[in-house]
Amino acid sequence: MNWQWFHRLGSPRWFYEKTTGWVPWIMLVTFSLLVVGMVWGLAFAPVDYRQGNSYRIIFLHMPVAVLSMAGYYAMAIAGAVGLIWRMKMAFIVMVSTAPVGAVLTFLALVTGSIWGKPTWGTWWIWDARLTSVLVLFFLYMGVIALQQAYQNRDAADKACAILSLVGMVNIPIIYKSVDWWSTLHQPATIKMVGQSTIDPSMKYPLLIMIAGLYAFFTLAVILYTRIEVLRRESRSQWVSDLLTQSTPKRG
Amino acid sequence: MQQSLLQGFISHLQRDFRVVARHKLDLLNPLVFFTLAVSLIPLGLGPDKKALALLAPGIVWIMALLASLLSLEALFRSDYEDGSLEQILISPQPLYFVVLAKLLVHWCATGLPLTLMSPLLGMLMSLPEEGYLPLMSSLLLGTLSMTLIGGIGAALTLSARRSGLLLSLIVVPLYIPLLIFGASAVQTAIDFSQYQMQLAVLGAMAALGSLAAPFAIMGALKISQE
Repeated sequence: MNWQWFHRLGSPRWFYEKTTGWVPWIMLVTFSLLVVGMVWGLAFAPVDYRQGNSYRIIFLHMPVAVLSMAGYYAMAIAGAVGLIWRMKMAFIVMVSTAPVGAVLTFLALVTGSIWGKPTWGTWWIWDARLTSVLVLFFLYMGVIALQQAYQNRDAADKACAILSLVGMVNIPIIYKSVDWWSTLHQPATIKMVGQSTIDPSMKYPLLIMIAGLYAFFTLAVILYTRIEVLRRESRSQWVSDLLTQSTPKRG
Repeated sequence: MQQSLLQGFISHLQRDFRVVARHKLDLLNPLVFFTLAVSLIPLGLGPDKKALALLAPGIVWIMALLASLLSLEALFRSDYEDGSLEQILISPQPLYFVVLAKLLVHWCATGLPLTLMSPLLGMLMSLPEEGYLPLMSSLLLGTLSMTLIGGIGAALTLSARRSGLLLSLIVVPLYIPLLIFGASAVQTAIDFSQYQMQLAVLGAMAALGSLAAPFAIMGALKISQE
């Protein structure tokens, strides 16, 4: 089997040069998916018979919440790849995923509590899902804080990879225990709209929004990664060549 | 070969116990904090026995968690600073057993005393009588997991700047399942006189932790020498 692509992936320079061409296309896909999903979901999807128009925030809330989880796994897997194959690039991706994931998790919390106000009559309840997303946010913040606290960048990368792997093992345990705790303390008085009970007319825009958010996540991670590549390789020849090439064009 | 493995494990145990015995005040500090923090609750909320009894399981558990958190910083710190950690890392002894010995000593020096102290604090919080045994047994298993999980955080933050606050930030989210099951073991024992399920879960967490956590700690300790 030809492993050349795998070794190429390990080179920050190769990644930077390749993605330069990809970025406009991913941007196009992201924005068209998000615009179609948003317009369909906010303007054309039918009104919910119980929640009225306020349910429409699901088209933002649910995709963001899905991505906040997927982002953590992406970060941990990137960290594992970096630890196992000692790949510089994987650590750069891991470091760039953390802030994107943390922001998405924060957005999930904010949109969730905005949705909670008209539906449940309160900004915050100690519901199992809300609590576990909050814990997820703390896990992200831990990884970011650890990254910032090291002076040695290689050590920081490896430490963050270990921490995100430990977090990944713990996420199912935390979720299950919070779930169990919440059902014990407050019997299910409020049920969120389950994914399976959703009407097709609402499901399709939702699926488009989820796809759009995945594309957005990919885009954001690639952009962050490109900046991080430049930052880390700032002393190398190809970066200074890149800079000297691009300056006359702008000027 | 096996003989020497065991000997190495025992000699590490002996060394760490000796270090603990020569710093007796360090042993006392988490316990004093535990008592102090619990005694703040009645001062803040008023001495009403019924209200205190309602809060007792959660409060004692939370304070035990914080006390254990405070003791973590010292787990590898002195070994890191005087260079013995480096010697341990380059020695031919398998690191797994060294880490296990260190964790065991740390638990004996903090988790076990916290557990033994807990009935006294339950009394200060006027915990109902049915709660004492569940409190002790859940803390016995829970503090073991706290040492195991906290060890990962302590090892990861060894060579970081301002590690104290960072350590709490990393470790507390991972402590959440312990708190949920530990406090609920005491609560359901008081309400329904049943707590086997929660104890079983806490035991499972301690078992899983003692298998997996040393590997994460080993990796983190190696990083600290870079």
